[in-house]
Amino acid sequence: MAILVVAEHDNKHLKPSVANTVAAATKLGGEINVLVAGSGCGEAAAEAAKITGVAKVLVADAPHYEVPLAENLAALVVSIADKFTHILAPATGFGKNFMPRAAALLDVAQVSDICGIVSADTFVRPIYAGNVLATVQSKDRIKIITVRITAFDAAVGAAATAAPLENVAAVADSGLSQFKGHELTKLSRPELTAARVIVSGGRGMGSGENFKLLEALADKLGAAVGASRAAVDSGYVPNDYQVGQTGKIVAPELYIAVGISGAIQHLAGMKDSKVIVAINKDAEAPIFQVANYWLVEDLFKAVPEFTAQL
Amino acid sequence: MKVLVAIKRVVDPNVKVRVKADGSGVETANIKMAMNPFCEIAVEQAVRMKEAGTVTEIVVVSIGAPQCQETLRTALAMGADRAILVETAVEVQPLAVAKVLQAIIAKETPGLVILGKQAVDDDCNQAGQMLAALLGWPQAAFASKIAINGDHADVTREIDGGLEQLTVKLPAVMTADLRLNEPRYVTLPNIMKAKKKPLENVKPEALGVDITPRLATLKVEEPPKRGAGVKLADVAELVNKLKNEAKVI
Repeated sequence: MAILVVAEHDNKHLKPSVANTVAAATKLGGEINVLVAGSGCGEAAAEAAKITGVAKVLVADAPHYEVPLAENLAALVVSIADKFTHILAPATGFGKNFMPRAAALLDVAQVSDICGIVSADTFVRPIYAGNVLATVQSKDRIKIITVRITAFDAAVGAAATAAPLENVAAVADSGLSQFKGHELTKLSRPELTAARVIVSGGRGMGSGENFKLLEALADKLGAAVGASRAAVDSGYVPNDYQVGQTGKIVAPELYIAVGISGAIQHLAGMKDSKVIVAINKDAEAPIFQVANYWLVEDLFKAVPEFTAQL
Repeated sequence: MKVLVAIKRVVDPNVKVRVKADGSGVETANIKMAMNPFCEIAVEQAVRMKEAGTVTEIVVVSIGAPQCQETLRTALAMGADRAILVETAVEVQPLAVAKVLQAIIAKETPGLVILGKQAVDDDCNQAGQMLAALLGWPQAAFASKIAINGDHADVTREIDGGLEQLTVKLPAVMTADLRLNEPRYVTLPNIMKAKKKPLENVKPEALGVDITPRLATLKVEEPPKRGAGVKLADVAELVNKLKNEAKVI
């Protein structure tokens, strides 16, 4: 068995998702190669070589890999796919975009968002917003898998010796799509998927302005700020704050849900958090069913008090 | 330009599903069904583009049981022009969906195909990207803004940490994300009108497509439940619990 992990990175640094995906690959057993496709991505490749369990880093360095366009990245993965029994990528916006394209080009199914590995061909994945877990078996010759990164803990510490790097040939630019630019949310706080503590707000926040209350609390806790879909729908915060079935899946040590009723779509994104705190004035809010600690209180009173007492 | 929109009938997202007693699947008998929310956004996008004059015809396609006709009628009531039901009793997995749509697209030759980014039942998030691959077309997944400009489209996509702007050549496949639009409610006069719009019924075999599932579901189960929590009296108690009991702050 040989396993390929496709690395998410910004050419300089790997995203934390890579280490989690390698951790999932380690559970499969077999030689693990990491593909770093980028432009001037030597630093990211060097980081990949230091992850525990990685046998080799494949580097495809070309200008058209500067951003991971699905058409180009899928074609590259397909060009080296025959060497592998399993190809894994994180089930983040990165992996979700190009992996199904690679799977279809290989005429194989994709197993999305796995949260458990039963054997080399059998995996557990959440369906219906995580209300149900399905155990599925793939008989395809290559298993294309995206990994729920919160379900696999990254190995602690770097490898004793760095894995060797090997260049792989780029596939010509497809020319089908062109990257024009991006607007990245400026973060003075940790990223949602990497944060140890998350403070999330829902419709109960009432406005985007009121999220300042949560930001103040988050800053005291060194936390990331998230939101429910309802808060995004209401235009309080950008979509990339969204935690839930169709947003980000998080599992921090502490998740503080403020003014969030707890729709199943939201619970899907956070119910694996270690400790959940809910603050809501509605004593019947379903969020309390998953909370370790809850306060039935007006958030506009409770949150500033909470911040002051830290 | 003709637009093709693929839609899926799913268990209403507000219904809490239950696992069948024998663990073979999810109970769907006598449960409220609805159009997948992201598919609604895809239909709405096509209708808005038609209202703006960039689109001339909207064809909606659904694959599955005969009851998918109801979902197609909803799309027709929203403003689609005609519908195609690919009728099958087989569980249609994303790769099969992509292959069926590929066969229909070969006949319909649309300039743009829009799907929802994800179905809220199987949560796969695959069909649109797979379809683009099979067609050899560009893809713009998780679109939150679409502008057609002659032979190409300018698309804003949702990515982790922000937004990305892409230019894709047409024809292309796009998948709709949450913020693309807010779907309209269908009105009674439009529901009546939709009844008269054409709805064609085809079988996957007639399209020459093999839709045999690739993944076998061995079992389904409910995830472990979280233990019961405690209601606290005030913020002081909360801070105390977090510091001294949970030890997370």
